[in-house]
Amino acid sequence: MNNLISHSYLILLLPLLSFIINGLFLCFRHRKMAAILSTSLSFLGAVFATIISVNFFISGAKPILAFNYEFLPFTGTLVATIGCLLDSLSAMMILTVSLISFAVHIYSIGYMESDQASGRFFALLSLFVFSMLGLVIAPNIFQTFIFWELVGVSSYLLIGFWYDRPSAVSASKQAFILTRFADSFFLLGIILLSYITKSFVFSDINALRLENFAGQMISLGIIEIPTSDALIFSTLLIFIGGWGKSAMFPLHIWLPNAMEGPTPVSSIIHSATMVVAGVYLVARLFPLFAISGNVLEIVMIVGAFTMVFAAVIACTQKDIKRILAYSTLSQLGYMMLALGSARVADSSIHILGYSAATFHIFTHAFFKCMLFLIAGALIHQVHSNDLNAMGGLRKKMPWTYAASLIACLAIAGIPPFSGFYSKDEILISAYQAGHPIIFACALFTSFLTAFYMFRLFFLAFHGKMRSIPKHPVHESLLMTLPILLLTIPTLFSGFLFKGIFHNFSPEVPLSLAKNLPSATFIPPLAITFSVLGILLSFLFYASKKSNPAKALDSDNRNAFYKIIYHKFYFDEIYYAFVRQFILGGLASFARFFEEKIFGTLVTFATTLIQKMGVLVRKAHAGSLPFYIAIMIIGLLFWYFASNLPLQGA
Amino acid sequence: MFEKNLLNLLWILPFLTVLFSIPIKENSPNLKRFHLASAGVVLLSSIYLLIQVFQNTITNPSSQIQLLYETKLNWLNAISAKYFIGIDALSSMMLVLAAIIIFTGILATWRLEKGQKVFLGFFQILAASVYGVFISFDLVLFFVFYEMEALCMYLLIAGYGSGNKDYGAKKLTLTLAIGSSMILAVFLGIYAETGTWNLIELSKIALPESFQYYAFPILFLGFAVSSSLFPFHFWSPAGHSAAPTAVSMFAAGVMMKMGAYGCLRIAIYLMPEGAKIWLPYLLIFIAFNVIIGPFIAMRHKDLKFITAYSSISHLGLIFLGLAAMTPLAFRGAALQMISHGFLTGLFFATIGMIYSRTHTRDITQMGGLMKAIPFIGVGFVIAGFAGLGLPGLSGFVAEATIFIGSFENPSPLCRVITILAILSITATAIYILRCANKMLHGPLVISKELLPKTLPEEKFIIVSYVICLIILGIFPMPFAKLLDSSIYPIYMNLIR
Repeated sequence: MNNLISHSYLILLLPLLSFIINGLFLCFRHRKMAAILSTSLSFLGAVFATIISVNFFISGAKPILAFNYEFLPFTGTLVATIGCLLDSLSAMMILTVSLISFAVHIYSIGYMESDQASGRFFALLSLFVFSMLGLVIAPNIFQTFIFWELVGVSSYLLIGFWYDRPSAVSASKQAFILTRFADSFFLLGIILLSYITKSFVFSDINALRLENFAGQMISLGIIEIPTSDALIFSTLLIFIGGWGKSAMFPLHIWLPNAMEGPTPVSSIIHSATMVVAGVYLVARLFPLFAISGNVLEIVMIVGAFTMVFAAVIACTQKDIKRILAYSTLSQLGYMMLALGSARVADSSIHILGYSAATFHIFTHAFFKCMLFLIAGALIHQVHSNDLNAMGGLRKKMPWTYAASLIACLAIAGIPPFSGFYSKDEILISAYQAGHPIIFACALFTSFLTAFYMFRLFFLAFHGKMRSIPKHPVHESLLMTLPILLLTIPTLFSGFLFKGIFHNFSPEVPLSLAKNLPSATFIPPLAITFSVLGILLSFLFYASKKSNPAKALDSDNRNAFYKIIYHKFYFDEIYYAFVRQFILGGLASFARFFEEKIFGTLVTFATTLIQKMGVLVRKAHAGSLPFYIAIMIIGLLFWYFASNLPLQGA
Repeated sequence: MFEKNLLNLLWILPFLTVLFSIPIKENSPNLKRFHLASAGVVLLSSIYLLIQVFQNTITNPSSQIQLLYETKLNWLNAISAKYFIGIDALSSMMLVLAAIIIFTGILATWRLEKGQKVFLGFFQILAASVYGVFISFDLVLFFVFYEMEALCMYLLIAGYGSGNKDYGAKKLTLTLAIGSSMILAVFLGIYAETGTWNLIELSKIALPESFQYYAFPILFLGFAVSSSLFPFHFWSPAGHSAAPTAVSMFAAGVMMKMGAYGCLRIAIYLMPEGAKIWLPYLLIFIAFNVIIGPFIAMRHKDLKFITAYSSISHLGLIFLGLAAMTPLAFRGAALQMISHGFLTGLFFATIGMIYSRTHTRDITQMGGLMKAIPFIGVGFVIAGFAGLGLPGLSGFVAEATIFIGSFENPSPLCRVITILAILSITATAIYILRCANKMLHGPLVISKELLPKTLPEEKFIIVSYVICLIILGIFPMPFAKLLDSSIYPIYMNLIR
């Protein structure tokens, strides 16, 4: 066992190998070989990840730094390294990423079968898995940033995978630039933090105490602030990185648009793994956030707002992938809220928030990945993302139907499915830590979640078929198998892992909250809200009286519905902002300054020099009277100048 | 002894190549092969020298400047100027960069139909002049090589350029001449003060403070002209857009680094007191490069203009590193010189390849090129990623080092500009992605038959640059250590 742990670099090496071999050799000509290679390597990765996580979850191994390669030394103790930190948090993430990557690989063989570019697809998928694993095993924040950027770029390349589609291209650009914008703050945060602490290593950063910096000041250019405030400020900057990556409001718009990518990509990158990187970052630096007081409050408010906001939008959408995208946003909001609400009024920490958030990362990954794979299977059949083209697929796709029922029950939070356990803990933690409004929001959102998920479920599978597929509908083995495999963790990860996650806490001792109120009334209350949501959804979309076509009509609606349907016009606002302010304003002004103001000055200077040349040339015109005149004037001047009575006086 | 001869050969060999290529027939394929072989020999010997220097730095580390394989001969006795060449860590890395760019530049003109002989001849002289600049440690010798380069640039752009080539060539050469005159004036002043041109000796003498006070800004800005520091950057867009591919690669990749090299190696090294007084004020100019540069690039449609402004902003980062005056920032600046040399070489090489196919550089008139010429497209995207600082490629290493280093300088202005520079990495992403998306993605605009497949020599160029970018990006440590050995003496002069 220990032997294997010491070879943990393999976990990074396997997908990297797959990326290099596929990218260089198999990408263009040997599509099948590429698929087989990367799938088998991802299988090995999944096995390896299982072994590691068994080691941590069941045998309870101590955290270790499996390897640490010196990448670039800066000054003194500030050294950037590439290493592999194995503890229960990273083991959980490794397990999630590897298992989902394996399922998605199998699925993609079926899904991308007819695509000529599938070789490139598998190469890029391996690149993503490599970067994501590098992110989660990072022992220092510099490595986190390196792989953070790499997951960003692999996400960019995969969203724009079908690069001849203008919508995919612009979505990929938007995703990259928005996350990059957030990342610039992240980088600034890292630099500020490392300037204060002289270290990138998480264990050093998490061990910081504000008291150590009492009386020190640091200059931020215009203002000078106490070092402890600068530390809090850098925490906030780092959180902005996670804000963008986890697509929290108002940087959320890239995530629904990212659905332009192939569905397996949406499944692994834009729901299960990459977008939780922001949550993971907060969890990884949780002790730092815990001492940075108000930052955790910001995390909570941002999370809670995104949670409600996205759930409301999800209730009106027609595009099946966008519904799932908004649902992802909403669930990410849950996780952020859980982390943020861990701070009790007296500044002690209710650790349940931390463990509930990590638990929800884990359970959410499986059922959300599964939901996307199901969506992909539906799209593959009807060749449309639109719910209008679906309906009545229950009988044609019985296995998929059964699986999606399980997934929908899981996300709605019905026991004994996994989503119930993690969501329940989030609700309890928010309540116990004394945030009643946030708790009410979360409860309301769980009602909305049940409503919109079952809206999707009923509209897709029940009723009559609203379109006639070009090809006969059937379930292919390669695409159904991973969906069915994912039902196992969706069914069991809840109650099996509940105990394990309950003991999850950061390595660093925190001042824990005591005397928490009892919360036994919450589980039944949450279930009631979820059931209400399902019932309402049944009433609207699946009962005898309902009319799915009318329910999906978005034109003949009141203004309120339309605003929600158009996502509160955030896409348009962003577009106008970039057009008018960035390109039309700043960039145009920069170019105007460069060409008109500065360019004119340069031209003026050159003409001045030319004019002076002309003047001097005229002086050498060869006209004798002119020379004589100048000579006489000069002599006279010299005579008078030397006789002026200035010196003698 | 062998290495010593090799070092002398570095700049003599290109001249000999030109001499021996005169009898070769104009259209003979042997001509370019001969030139390429000569450039290849120079490249291999520069790599050999780099390895030698590396081993030397590892075996005997020292806080003094370590000049290896020096040759000292009497040259112009009347003004006691000497022929004094040698090599240290920084110059050995710059040599390798220059040699790679010259080698690939010759490959980039492989299919030039008219006037190849003259072009390659002047290109070799250009090569000789930059090798000379990086190895000479005598100010007169340095200046002679520095001037030779500007002249060749004029001839190559005016003779082989495209578009408004006369204007571009004149603008470039005249602006560089202003810089040169400033440099010359200060060099003469230094000689008048001390009576020596020897850089190593000069570094041990402290020039009078009043002299440094006046001379430093003139010398620094004189060098900064060729590195296109605001307000002397205006030659760069015009010059780049007029220049032929190989010359653009050379100009952005090597020539613009010579200025920064001069600033670090001569201006800051010899006049530390002047640097301490003036560099904080020069940060205002640097802010223009770093922060406004990317915004201007956003608004242009011509690929070469975009890349020219991109170069301006990246060179601004080099100056930010220099102006921050911490050892880490100096190292970052030096790394950025190398890194930017490779990435901009790749940029201009791929732009040349694209232009030779589409006959336009307007990105709005292109689209979907990734379908037709994927190899070149991927090369361009990699250059773009290196430019926006993607980890794993060299740009990130250099930028992160500069940022961390310049943040260590506690002066308020330096902090503000560092913070703004960090935040402006988003702007870089905007113009690079806009460019890549318009040009490479979307539906194919030009029919596929009109776009010939990637040629073998083009593949070679792209692959060699990508390898350089990745090596620097993944294994930066040996290079960083190597550069430190050159930079430490400069920093020691500053805090002395």
